[in-house]
Amino acid sequence: MPEISRDEVAHLADLARIDLDDAELDRLAPQLQVILESVASIQGLAGDDVPPTSHPFPITNVFREDKVEPCLTPEEALAGAPAVEQQRFVVPRILGDEQ
Amino acid sequence: MTDLTRKTAAELADLLAAGEITSVQLTQAHLDRIAAVDGGDRGVHAFLHVDADGALAAARESDERRAAGQPRHPLDGVPVAVKDVLTTRGLPTTCGSRILAGWLPPYDATVVAKLKAAGLPILGKTNMDEFAMGSSTEHSAYGPTRNPWDLDRIPGGSGGGSAAAVAAFEAPLAIGTDTGGSIRQPGAVTGTVGVKPTYGSVSRYGLVALANSLDQAGPVTRTVLDAALLHELIGGHDPKDSTSVTDPVTGLADAARQGASGDLTGLKVGVVAELAGEGWQDGVMTRFREAVDLLVKLGAEVVEVSCPTFVHAMAAYYLILPAEASSNLAKFDAMRYGLRVSPEGVAAPSAEEVMKATRDAGFGDEVKRRIILGTYALSSGYYDAYYGQAQKIRTLIIRDFQKAYESADVLISPTAPTTAFRLGEKLDDPLAMYLNDLATIPANLAGVPGISVPAGLAEEDGLPVGLQILAPALADDRLYRVGAAAEAVLTERWGGPLLSKAPTLEATL
Amino acid sequence: MTTTTTTTTTTTGAETLVPFEKVLESYDPAMGLEVHVELNTNTKMFCGCPTRFGAEPNTQVCPTCLGLPGAMPVVNGKAVESAIRIGLALNCQIATWCRFARKNYFYPDMPKNFQTSQYDEPICFDGHLDVEVDGETFRVEIERAHMEEDTGKTTHIGGTTGRIHGAEYSLVDYNRAGIPLIEIVTKPILGTGEKAPLVARAYVAALRELLLGLGVSDVRMDQGSMRCDVNLSLAPKGSGRLGTRTETKNVNSLRSVERAVRFEMSRHAGILDAGGSVLQETRHFHEDTGTTSAGREKSDAEDYRYFPEPDLVPVAPSREWVEELRATLPEPPAVRRARLQQEWGFSDLEMRDTVGAGALGLVEETIALGTSPQAARKWWLGELARSANESGVELTELPVGPAEVAAVQKLVDEGTLNDKLARQVFEGLIAGEGTPEEVIEKRGLALVSDDSALGAAVDNAIAAHPDVADKIRGGKVAAAGALIGAVMKEMRGQADAARVRELILEKLT
Repeated sequence: MPEISRDEVAHLADLARIDLDDAELDRLAPQLQVILESVASIQGLAGDDVPPTSHPFPITNVFREDKVEPCLTPEEALAGAPAVEQQRFVVPRILGDEQ
Repeated sequence: MTDLTRKTAAELADLLAAGEITSVQLTQAHLDRIAAVDGGDRGVHAFLHVDADGALAAARESDERRAAGQPRHPLDGVPVAVKDVLTTRGLPTTCGSRILAGWLPPYDATVVAKLKAAGLPILGKTNMDEFAMGSSTEHSAYGPTRNPWDLDRIPGGSGGGSAAAVAAFEAPLAIGTDTGGSIRQPGAVTGTVGVKPTYGSVSRYGLVALANSLDQAGPVTRTVLDAALLHELIGGHDPKDSTSVTDPVTGLADAARQGASGDLTGLKVGVVAELAGEGWQDGVMTRFREAVDLLVKLGAEVVEVSCPTFVHAMAAYYLILPAEASSNLAKFDAMRYGLRVSPEGVAAPSAEEVMKATRDAGFGDEVKRRIILGTYALSSGYYDAYYGQAQKIRTLIIRDFQKAYESADVLISPTAPTTAFRLGEKLDDPLAMYLNDLATIPANLAGVPGISVPAGLAEEDGLPVGLQILAPALADDRLYRVGAAAEAVLTERWGGPLLSKAPTLEATL
Repeated sequence: MTTTTTTTTTTTGAETLVPFEKVLESYDPAMGLEVHVELNTNTKMFCGCPTRFGAEPNTQVCPTCLGLPGAMPVVNGKAVESAIRIGLALNCQIATWCRFARKNYFYPDMPKNFQTSQYDEPICFDGHLDVEVDGETFRVEIERAHMEEDTGKTTHIGGTTGRIHGAEYSLVDYNRAGIPLIEIVTKPILGTGEKAPLVARAYVAALRELLLGLGVSDVRMDQGSMRCDVNLSLAPKGSGRLGTRTETKNVNSLRSVERAVRFEMSRHAGILDAGGSVLQETRHFHEDTGTTSAGREKSDAEDYRYFPEPDLVPVAPSREWVEELRATLPEPPAVRRARLQQEWGFSDLEMRDTVGAGALGLVEETIALGTSPQAARKWWLGELARSANESGVELTELPVGPAEVAAVQKLVDEGTLNDKLARQVFEGLIAGEGTPEEVIEKRGLALVSDDSALGAAVDNAIAAHPDVADKIRGGKVAAAGALIGAVMKEMRGQADAARVRELILEKLT
């Protein structure tokens, strides 16, 4: 029986950048456990002989020409920004490294 | 003047063409109706945003075009409502979420651009479950929409707003989106028509993605012909959408008119064994069986088909959707647009902390559940067992459909297992909520088109029941032929449209 | 090429560095080089925004590359073409069918918080590139080359170094987000021994040359259109195992590639000698000190939760298309070098030195402007290489280019300058004193060609050295050398020695 413990839920929430407090963890973890048990019913149903489907129809090779299209104006691009400086998006100090 | 809001879009198009009404009159009539029944504690609350100025301006332009003898389209001047998951330039697009409160997109979705290009005034944006995750519109961050048949009941979801708007005569046409039934199921529980087109036949550019491989935009209307007209307008290849099919979207209105003549001789109708049984409401099954009998009377041949993998469709869906959604919703991080919330009691929060606090405050429970589940399903070590396996189930479901379509031209089932349940009834039980999509999910997984048409009212509660018709990919015309046939014969039996039996809504303000 | 040799073990802070020669006594190095190449397509990988360098911030963005809700990617066909050509030039197999995948992680320079890349289905794989170091050929195996998109650019504000540590906040410009990148990854490079740093450098130089020849990128390491990450591990000599590797980023020049390998080898050896284990981490290279330092500690191992990009369809290049593209490849570098060597009449050693100095293209361009091959080589590998080394820059970064070299050599050919003066002119050019003519004027460097002035100096020399003059009169022409020296001294070098000799002989014989 697959399990998704409260700790695991906290870890996943961290990966997904959602800050769940204790009350939320208490509430969501058991719900997730129930859902997971239900969806886990598919495990092992289809063997290696069944290919996975990522798209319903086998379309391939959709390309566009390397031609410039109109952009947004900087005002449009920055319109929803919580903070702007020097025509750029202001973001709080970043802790992690670039990949 | 007869109540314009009671007319079908096709009728309104004729009246506009004949010069008997103007688009301004028409649009104003609907704005008045919205004002009368949508707001307040007991209002329908189908709309999150009403754009009176914009709609009337568009209506005036439409009238000018008609006066000059240059309408852009038969539906030019007929107002439409748009589910708040499609971007509308300059109009708030919230996806029913707090995280996008007040967001004004700088661009129109292709579907919206097509509506505007054809001259349809856009009345406003309709309510929905947050990011289209839900079957009742109760997960909207802005409060639920009420079912016009019974204001204490759900209108279905995630597109409850569009369906309720049309059912409450607030709009003759609406656009919805369907990922697992979000157009069809609200259609069933509100006594309206809802269509999920073949995957890829309507552009997804500007449709805020929930599950990219499942989402489709489609028409929400009161009649099958109206749906066909709207479907033809919004369908077609879009170079901005790489998953868009190149086959033209035509012949649907013709199929609807042909179907309305009531002759289904030679048509093979497959009843799916797995889409019935325990857990399905008695009244729903009764109306469904009657509908099947009616189709036979019209000349159709009914066959039993079995799609054994359908019993696993829900599990596969609730793995694929959260996986894709968890990635799609990562962009909502307070850096470029939308809500920004700082964590409490932190002096100089980092970007990571602001992201976490924002997403916690901005997303509701259902969204959080699915993001976490999706993150889990995609994790290394779990990918093969969950997401990978779900994609294989998908292959089996596609094969089940292919096999079924060898012996039937269309497949039918009840659209949903129950009629509209009460607001709040299933909120604490996510799994119970998910079961509403049992019959609709397989079509999304396979990419095949489906329609829900009203099948009558259930005996035990007097609430609408929907008949679902499914066709092979790119055979959307069959939906309209069979749907129109059923609609014609049922309407005659009822002595008028089903919606005329709905309770009159009191003006709420 | 300068190398830093330490003959004794040194410590840097908490680190012990083992001298390079000693490292090789006990350990075998294994390297992996990952190079990211920014393509020079007109538009971005998944949208039609321009890619021009240096535009005002956020003026080259659209809903797609800004990651706005609802936007969708469409693949740039030219980028696919470039990817295939790169793969062919690297002797790779070209996939018959491959997909894009999402690499999911959060970072403010990534608008969607996932990067659309390729995971287990790269478009090119299993290739090789042969490089020469000191006459020995090494075959570098290429694991894969795949397509992906670049991120936006972050500027860190506050803090002392402009780097991320200690910054108060950051500013993000998304012009660069979405620019096509090709990532080229080698298989582990083994058996290089003491030549490891040189092989790494030679590989990157050769790759750069190849990409320039293809015309797919301007591969400016100093501008970031070519970025190199250096992976290195040590294993006990002869063990055949692979040790724990570190990845070093911010390696922005050929010289840095070599120095980074060298430093990491010393550092790893220091740890292993002391009985410790190397921490698998990402490190940052420091240009000024030639050292590496640890990056931020990572809280979890990266789980990118890769899954196939659902908004894009597979790329399946036909074999016909691949062959068409193969026909567009320029001659392979080895063939080109052999041809040029023959055309220029260089010896093997001269050719090797030219290539090794990264001067091949520069020499070629200079020759194209009319300079003789030997002269071009002389300047680039002599004076200019020395100057570049002193300043710690690449030849391509000098303020002097082929045009200047050709111009100066022309002045030498015309007799306006001699070699010694020409060297001073280059000094002036590098110091930014203007054009060759301006430098000559400012510094008064022109050769004196006025015979009367020269004649006067010759007379002075004859008068000062009567015994030498007598010898010459007596037929010992070789003695003229001493007089020439005297004249050159009086003329401060600004005389053509050959003409001076002529004048001396004229006057004395």
